[in-house]
Amino acid sequence: MSYVRDVGALARKDLLLELRARDTLPAMLLFVAAVFVVFHFTLPGEPSRLETIGLLWVAILFTALLGLGRAFVPEREQRTMDGLVLAPCDRSAIWLAKSLATLAFLLAAEVVALPLYALFFHRVGAATVAAVLLADLGICGVGTFLGAMAVATRARDLLLPLLFLPLAMPIVVGAVGASVVSSPGRYLGFLALYDLLFAVICWASFEYVVAE
Amino acid sequence: MLTTRRLGKRYGEKRILRGIDLALPQGGFLVVTGPNGSGKTTLLRICAGLAQPTAGTIERGAARAQVGYLGHEPLVYRELTALENLDLYGRLYRVAERRERIGMLLERFGLWEARHERVASYSRGMTQRLALCRVLLHEPELLVLDEPYSALDEAGAELLDAQLAELRGERTFLIATHDPARVETLASGALALAT
Amino acid sequence: MLVTTALAFVFFVAPNDVNQGFSQRIFYFHVSIAFTAYACFICGAWQALRHLWKRDPRADLASYVCVHQGLIFGTLVLLTGSIWAKISWGHWWLWSEDELVLFLVLYLFYCAYFMLRFSVEPGPQRANLSAVYALFGVVLIPVSFAAIRLAKTFIHPEVFTLHGPNFGGWILVTYCIAQAAMLVLAYTLYRLELGAKRLDGRLRRLREVLV
Repeated sequence: MSYVRDVGALARKDLLLELRARDTLPAMLLFVAAVFVVFHFTLPGEPSRLETIGLLWVAILFTALLGLGRAFVPEREQRTMDGLVLAPCDRSAIWLAKSLATLAFLLAAEVVALPLYALFFHRVGAATVAAVLLADLGICGVGTFLGAMAVATRARDLLLPLLFLPLAMPIVVGAVGASVVSSPGRYLGFLALYDLLFAVICWASFEYVVAE
Repeated sequence: MLTTRRLGKRYGEKRILRGIDLALPQGGFLVVTGPNGSGKTTLLRICAGLAQPTAGTIERGAARAQVGYLGHEPLVYRELTALENLDLYGRLYRVAERRERIGMLLERFGLWEARHERVASYSRGMTQRLALCRVLLHEPELLVLDEPYSALDEAGAELLDAQLAELRGERTFLIATHDPARVETLASGALALAT
Repeated sequence: MLVTTALAFVFFVAPNDVNQGFSQRIFYFHVSIAFTAYACFICGAWQALRHLWKRDPRADLASYVCVHQGLIFGTLVLLTGSIWAKISWGHWWLWSEDELVLFLVLYLFYCAYFMLRFSVEPGPQRANLSAVYALFGVVLIPVSFAAIRLAKTFIHPEVFTLHGPNFGGWILVTYCIAQAAMLVLAYTLYRLELGAKRLDGRLRRLREVLV
């Protein structure tokens, strides 16, 4: 399908850009490590597994925000968004490709973050890993979409967290719930439902975000 | 190919274009002139399909895939090489025999040697030539060029002259320029915008 | 006029609930205001859809004014909810109250709507972005509510047993009047603001033509 090929071409472009610039991914890795160190000092006493799981998700969320804020920077600063919009491809392909690329970076950051968390705090269970994967889909899908919106405004980096955090609240509930509760199925299902619902909305309405 | 009737464009409260009537037949070559701030860029963006008018109508006989637009920005990624940029656009526009066509264009515009270097290292003239490659890559029916000569050096300008002369009559052109004398011989019509 | 009638009913006619007394009265307003706020947000999303789909030139402003009304009523929800919580349970804020938490999330969301709107130059792009965001908001309402309910399993806030009013007789009538009053109030404010903004726009265009 040509749609898939468009997404592939665009995602390849995004990955290449990050590979050349080499700034977002290292920043995310350093950030997550630094945040864990800060957490150690903000938790008096011996923190339980429940408390630190919450912090893990805060760390993931804000590390993701760091990456998401940079997602559309090349398109904004070099005005190349015009070039993509002119192309005959479906505009939603731009969103999907950028989301996939951001997802790749977030996963790469988590490959380091999760073992680090296990080292500093507590073991990470299978349910948590599943929650991480599902939550990442939602974070990247919605976050990339909002990133494109934020980039069109004057406030830019200021605006993205404001737009994103209320929408991320259900993701956090689903993710923390799955990590903490003994039968995580319901929470994982909720995460999957969120991902699906918002993916459809993002896919259907990205056209209006980038084109007049 | 392109017709506008009483076209107007307003951004918020500021009116940029007003009552523009334009008729560009297939194979035509229309030159748009006017001082800075007269709305040339806005008009061309609307004609290329990047913006919608707020008043009047526009009819375009070419689909998105058949339009080539050159704006003030070259619309290429500075961190990618010329080859990578053109490959991306080639894929998006589903250009047939992509590699051959890219190679041919890079050679014609004198960028073949620099094809593996990042665009960030190019001079302004080279970047503009790459932008022209991008525009011509998918052999568009309608070419909308906004001051294409402005960033070109003399060698590049001559290359562009040759290209325009070659395609004149086969394709439809809408060009905004500060130097109408340069394309006088090719023009089939002119439109002068006032502030 | 309807609001005054509602006020009168709530304070004088409705029987005094044995358990909660005065706080009960506020509950009428709290619930009806909450419902009105939801209605405003849904209206805003509907106008947003009309803007995106039908390209109705009046829909963008209508959507904005709807969301604005929703935010005003949302503020009142949070305020009345807080007062009611203080009177009933002695705390100014209760995490156990699902609806309050939901409104807090929605409040933050729609405040961000305003920040978004004021950060873009007026034009088709601003209208598009606002419309899309308004649609996201309306989807967020049920999703957030579900999330808040789900969160209760592991958050364990102090649960206060809640005695809802028995909807019988005068109480139901009073509630209906209060609800009607709130909806009419919202609609009136909406028409006022929309009219004012449209007039403003027309004046500005006239001024521009004359210049």
